[in-house]
Amino acid sequence: METRELNCIVCPMGCPITVTLENGEVTSVTGNTCPRGEKYAKQEVVAPIRSVTSTVKVLGGEWPTVACKTKTEIPKGKIFEVMDALKGVSVDAPVNIGDVIIENVAGTNVNIIATSNVKAC
Amino acid sequence: MLNYDLVIIGGGPAGLAAAISAKDNGIDSILILERDKELGGILNQCIHNGFGLHTFKEELTGPEYAERFIKEVLGRKIEYKLNTMVMDLGKDKTVTAMNREDGLIQIKAKAVILAMGCRERSRGALNIPGFRPAGIYSAGTAQRLVNREGFMPGKEVVILGSGDIGLIMARRMTLEGAKVKVVAELMPYSGGLKRNIVQCLDDFGIPLKLRHTVVDIEGRDRVKAVTIAEVDENNKPIKGTEERYECDTLLLSCGLLPENELSRSAGVDLSPVTSGPIVNDSLETNIPGIFACGNVLHVHDLVDYVSKESTTAGENAAKYILSFNENDSPDRVVKINTENGVRYSVPAFVRPDKMADNLTVRFRVGNVYKNVNLCVYANDTLLQKLPKKIMAPGEMEQIILIKNKLNEVSDLNTITIKIEEA
Ligand SMILES: Cc1cc2nc3c(=O)[nH]c(=O)nc-3n(C[C@H](O)[C@H](O)[C@H](O)COP(=O)(O)OP(=O)(O)OC[C@H]3O[C@@H](n4cnc5c(N)ncnc54)[C@H](O)[C@@H]3O)c2cc1C
Ligand code: SF4
Repeated sequence: METRELNCIVCPMGCPITVTLENGEVTSVTGNTCPRGEKYAKQEVVAPIRSVTSTVKVLGGEWPTVACKTKTEIPKGKIFEVMDALKGVSVDAPVNIGDVIIENVAGTNVNIIATSNVKAC
Repeated sequence: MLNYDLVIIGGGPAGLAAAISAKDNGIDSILILERDKELGGILNQCIHNGFGLHTFKEELTGPEYAERFIKEVLGRKIEYKLNTMVMDLGKDKTVTAMNREDGLIQIKAKAVILAMGCRERSRGALNIPGFRPAGIYSAGTAQRLVNREGFMPGKEVVILGSGDIGLIMARRMTLEGAKVKVVAELMPYSGGLKRNIVQCLDDFGIPLKLRHTVVDIEGRDRVKAVTIAEVDENNKPIKGTEERYECDTLLLSCGLLPENELSRSAGVDLSPVTSGPIVNDSLETNIPGIFACGNVLHVHDLVDYVSKESTTAGENAAKYILSFNENDSPDRVVKINTENGVRYSVPAFVRPDKMADNLTVRFRVGNVYKNVNLCVYANDTLLQKLPKKIMAPGEMEQIILIKNKLNEVSDLNTITIKIEEA
């Protein structure tokens, strides 16, 4: 039997959570205040996932960058591959929130979408 | 001189939410004044996510959260002026502002909402003598440079202070290829949210050293190295604990301070604890018709609470404008005392006759408390006792005061919020 101590990162409460595992299978989750914490803990001990937020260059915009994010979480181990894929990418203004900037980034099946508006100038 | 029913100073999340709610409560003549070139305030540079979990039940980034409110403001055709700096606010609610097109403008308002936000505590936090080489930035400045200007301030970074902006920037600069060597925090606990320690430091193996401070900065033109040391109970560096880190950048993340120069000039009473206005349950200051909300009132870590608070301020400003009568006698007020670790409360006063049926009171504690009871007394009568597993200075707390319960207590003269042993 193995126990893991985590802090839930789903919401700002940051509940301390204890997970017990037996042969790699989660047998109990305690300390979470709500069901989202249990879901997080089960995912975190088996295959942690994260969202990535960053910026890419904008050409001809009122700002030189536009904010972007992975539309959903990606495997934690892929964070830097995603960042590498963003390097050297530029988009033309105008850019609107929700615009797809990169499809299937770093083979994650997740798109990079814009999270700010940049007007052309 | 221009005339408006309501002038809102600041077009960040606080000003936007206040404007929307004032409009929805019957005020049509509203003007938002914003010194920046766009609405949205500081959220425009906060590109990470975690905003709006409470309000929208989804995780938004800062600009996405701001956009939802900007759309509502535009949809209601609420007037605003950008690139417009408010220079002065008078007791009589005359607002003096300046911009390129109009020059100096004076606006007479029936009510004013202060929503100027906060600024970062400055280098004063850096308590060491000597000159300052280039490469020292506040975390918020670095955030603007990286996220808006697309400019990386450095490659090897030490961060002093573990406030949320510092933690967020530790991750941001790491993702952009910098090496963040250490985060040093003077206090025995972090000033930031747990989730940020996990996602921004632990995920990337960045060490957090509590009870540490910067004792030396090397470099003439540009930072070359920073030395940190552990501190004793008097916050004095302990000899022999020094650690030297080669780096080209030092970020300071030493907390936020409400921006109240305008409030002061209007004669608004400020709290020595929060540096924000002292307000009653309608978020009105000592000057009738001047209200405050958001980070100018007290520093929030969650923008969701800013929006909620500001909605209340907008509603109350609307009520004030619609029902103002010079001959009304002053309201009965009762002070909220905060004791035993509760540092302050917003509001600081309630009007038992006029308060909302369920009034949200927000506050912060001065230390980390585990397994305690949070108690509310009306005079000497215990009204509420809430068991709390953990309370920390980095996180805003709230309780609900129930009007009926308060008014059942005879001769109510004080309300007390305090922490008691369980
Ligand atoms: C650098 C920084 C980073 C932050 N990062 C985060 C974060 O990551 N997550 C989080 O939840 N919170 C963060 N915060 C806290 C954040 O400020 C609040 O959550 C929220 O934005 C507060 O809203 P507000 O409207 O009160 O203030 P602000 O967003 O600061 O808006 C105030 C507005 O008033 C305007 N203004 C000020 N003075 C004048 C004047 N004299 N005339 C005209 N306009 C004026 C300013 O330009 C600004 O647009 C951060 C704060 C700072 C300072
Ligand atoms: S367990 Fe629930 S309440 Fe606790 S931090 Fe996670 S999401 Fe928030």
